[in-house]
Amino acid sequence: MLWNLPFITVVVLTLIGLVTVLLKKNIIKILLGLNILQSAANLFIVALGYREGGVAPIFTLAPSELMVMPTPQALVLTSIVIGVATSALVLSFAMVLQKKYGTVDIDKIRRLHG
Amino acid sequence: MSRIVRTAADLLYPVILIFGLYIVAHGHLTPGGGFQGGAVIATGGALVIVAYSYKEISGWLKKNVLLGREVIGLVGFIGVGLLALAFGQVFFFNYLAGSGSLFGMPVPYGINAGELNTAGVIPLMNFAVGIEVWGGLTIVILYMLSGLEKEGC
Amino acid sequence: MKKMFVVVASLLILAAFFGVMAMTLTFGSPMVTDMDDYFLRHGQEQTGSNNQCTAVVFDFRAFDTLGESTVLFCGIMGAALMFRKMQGGEEYEDE
Repeated sequence: MLWNLPFITVVVLTLIGLVTVLLKKNIIKILLGLNILQSAANLFIVALGYREGGVAPIFTLAPSELMVMPTPQALVLTSIVIGVATSALVLSFAMVLQKKYGTVDIDKIRRLHG
Repeated sequence: MSRIVRTAADLLYPVILIFGLYIVAHGHLTPGGGFQGGAVIATGGALVIVAYSYKEISGWLKKNVLLGREVIGLVGFIGVGLLALAFGQVFFFNYLAGSGSLFGMPVPYGINAGELNTAGVIPLMNFAVGIEVWGGLTIVILYMLSGLEKEGC
Repeated sequence: MKKMFVVVASLLILAAFFGVMAMTLTFGSPMVTDMDDYFLRHGQEQTGSNNQCTAVVFDFRAFDTLGESTVLFCGIMGAALMFRKMQGGEEYEDE
């Protein structure tokens, strides 16, 4: 049970993110749900690359030669930066919607319908 | 903000700048790299933006300079990759590693103490990406603040 | 009430599905490590970088980083474009 704790955390975070994205009406809360989903994916990829007793893959004064896998960490670094860019874009959209419609509730923004 | 916050921001900004540049420059030896160092420097910019008002900040944090920094970073990153074609290699080939010139000391396999003059084009790409992230993350904060100022809230 | 029931039921089904899938994995012992073993063994000689993450990001998978830089640039340009239009004094047309 306990040795799989990172994957169980991934499951819990995925469910929280899905509920937030599907059920909330506020655009900023939907963005927070998307970020939680992204964190779950990042944690999943990093946890897949962990090796028992490994150290970070940096050879400068490393304590041992057994290292974790470097490729998942590189992919997650890419993913984090893209997440920052998309978050900035969605928050800018939220500010423009607030200026134009006076609200960020997606049910009250009537002109998006049809 | 109050005088205490402004003085602390003035004192902390160069320290944050130097720390971020250290992270960028040592990206191939210690944890860090272009993205992380650029984000650290952008944090310093955000601190100054929070401590002062938009009117005072727009005089010396110019949007055109930050935009140019971002463009120069991206163009420099692609240019370093394209320069490999001049050496007769493929796109993004590491033509400086192990060549003995700039950043070109050969490194054998194994644990060592780290030498700054290694890793070929990786430090150059780190600097390019660091400059791009520095300009990009600061200009997003600045544009959002200017949007708020226009609305008057 | 009925909507609540549907939501809770689908959540339970999803939780069971994901939980079973999480239990089939073993934390700490990845199955296929050939590529990463190659990177760890030869990355220092081929790129000269001690930090193998940086070696993967900027040398072995530099095309990923190119796409990432482009996405960052485009996202920030999009945000800047919206606020530049708001700043210019012209009001939005109300259609």
